[in-house]
Amino acid sequence: MDNAKGAVVMTEQEIFAGFAEIIEEFTGVSAAEVEIDANLSDDLDIDSLSMIEVVVSTQDKFGIGIPDEDLRSLRTVRDVVGYVRRTQRVSA
Amino acid sequence: MNTYPEQVVVTGLGAVTPLGADVASTWSALLAGRSGVRVLGERWADELPVRIGAPAEDDATAGIPPLQRRRMDRCEQLALLAARQAWQHAGPPAAEPDRLGVSFACGVGGLGSTLDAYDTVRQQGWQRLSPFTVPMLMANGAAAWIGIELGARAGTHSMVSACASSAEAIGYGMQMIRSGRADVVVAGGADAAILPLTIAAFAVMRALSLRNDEPERASRPFDKGRDGFVLGEGAGAVVLESARHAAERGAVVHAVAAGVGYAADAHHLTQAIPDGAGAAAAIRHCLADAGVTPEQVVHVNAHATATPTGDRAEAMAIRRALGGAARGAVVSGTKSMTGHMLGGSGAVESVLAICALRAAVAPPTINLEDPDDEISAAGLDIATEPRELPGRGGRAVALNNSFGFGGHNVCLAFTAV
Repeated sequence: MDNAKGAVVMTEQEIFAGFAEIIEEFTGVSAAEVEIDANLSDDLDIDSLSMIEVVVSTQDKFGIGIPDEDLRSLRTVRDVVGYVRRTQRVSA
Repeated sequence: MNTYPEQVVVTGLGAVTPLGADVASTWSALLAGRSGVRVLGERWADELPVRIGAPAEDDATAGIPPLQRRRMDRCEQLALLAARQAWQHAGPPAAEPDRLGVSFACGVGGLGSTLDAYDTVRQQGWQRLSPFTVPMLMANGAAAWIGIELGARAGTHSMVSACASSAEAIGYGMQMIRSGRADVVVAGGADAAILPLTIAAFAVMRALSLRNDEPERASRPFDKGRDGFVLGEGAGAVVLESARHAAERGAVVHAVAAGVGYAADAHHLTQAIPDGAGAAAAIRHCLADAGVTPEQVVHVNAHATATPTGDRAEAMAIRRALGGAARGAVVSGTKSMTGHMLGGSGAVESVLAICALRAAVAPPTINLEDPDDEISAAGLDIATEPRELPGRGGRAVALNNSFGFGGHNVCLAFTAV
C-alpha cells in the first residue's frame, strides 16, 4: 500500500476497517457492528466532544490533517472513509 | 424533634473508602480498628517529605465501563459509585424526576485531571488535550454525573467549603426537602486528591503527619503525639427523603436527618479559633435546628483530623456546646483509620454516624494512646475501643462535625428510629 514516495495510501476497505476500530474505541460500539452508511451522531451516538477524540485519532491513524472547517461535511462513516482516501491521495 | 412541616429521613447509604468499597466493609473494618493508611508506592512520593496516604479501595471504580471511566476524574468515579450504592440501598425510590435532587460536593474536585491536562498542554500541545478535560476538572462534575445518571431535575448543587463541603451538601439537601423543592435528594461528597501537588502543598503548610515509617500509627486524633493529618480519598452518599414520601413507598428508614448547623469563624484562613467558638456555635445551631437537647447526644463523629491545634479546638467546642452532657456522648475520631478524605469526609462520617446509631456502637479512635492534656481537660468520653452507645431508640442523637479551611463549621444531627 505504500507508493514510490513512501506516503501511505490505503484502500477504501482498509480505511473503513481502521476507522471502525476508532469508533469502537470511543463509542463502545463493536467495530464489526459499524456500517458504512451509519450516521456518526444519530446512529453511533458520537457527540461533539467525542467527535474531537475521533477526529484526533483519525488524523493520527491515517497520517492526515482534518481542519475544523471540514468537520461539518463528515456526517457518516462513508464521508470519513472518502475524506481519508482523498486526502491520502493528495498528499501521496 | 424539630417543627419543620417536612421531616427528612435517610433511606440509603453508600461509601467508597480506604477501608472498603462499600458501607458494610468500611464499617466492619472500623470496628476492627483497621487502618487504611499505607506507604504510597508511586515514584513521585520518593521526592516528598510525606510518603503515606489512605487511598480508596483499588477495585472501587470497577463498576464503571472503561470508556466512561476515562472521561471522569477519579473523584467523579468514586462519587458516582457511592451515589449508586446509596440509591440501590434506598430501594431505589421511584421519585418523580422534577422532585428528585442532587446535592453533592467536592472539596477540590478534579485536581488529578487538571494536573494531567497541564502536563499534556506543555509536553504535547493543546490539541492533544482530552475534550473532556473541563468536565473532568470542574468541582461540580461529580454532582452532574450523578444527576444525569439518576435523571434528577429538581436541581443539582455543589457546595465548596473545603473539608466541610460534603457535610454542607447534606445540609443543603435537607433544606431542599424541608422547603418543599424535592421529595428525594442524593447528597454527599467525594475527593480523590492523593497527588504530588496536594501532598506537597499540605506538607509545606506543615499540616501532614510525617510518620512515614509507621503508616498505620500516623493518624492519631486527640493523642499527644499527633503531628498532622494523613491524606485519604473516598466518597460518601446518603439518600435523603421526606418522611411522607418514604412512608408512602414503605421505605426502610435508617435515621432521621434531624438538624444542621452552620457557623463561620471569620478568624483565619486555616487556623480554627483556639477555643473552638465557631465550631461550638455550629453544634449549638444544629441542636436547636434538630429540636434536641445536649442530653440526647449519645455519639459524636468528630472532625478530628489529628492536627495539633484543630483537635484541641474541637474538643473544647464539643465541651462548650454540650456542657456537662458532653460526658454522656461517646466521641469517635474515625480519620484515625480512614485518613482525611477532604470533601469526602463529611459524607462518609455522616454515613458512619448513622451506622453507629443503628448498631448502637461507636467505632474506636485508634492510636489514641496518650491523650493530649488540654483535650483530657475538656472531659470528653473518647472511644479507643468499639463502645456500646447509651440509650437506643428515637431520642438518641448522633452528631457529625465537619470543619474546613476558610473557617467553615458544619454540624449534622441524626436521630435513631
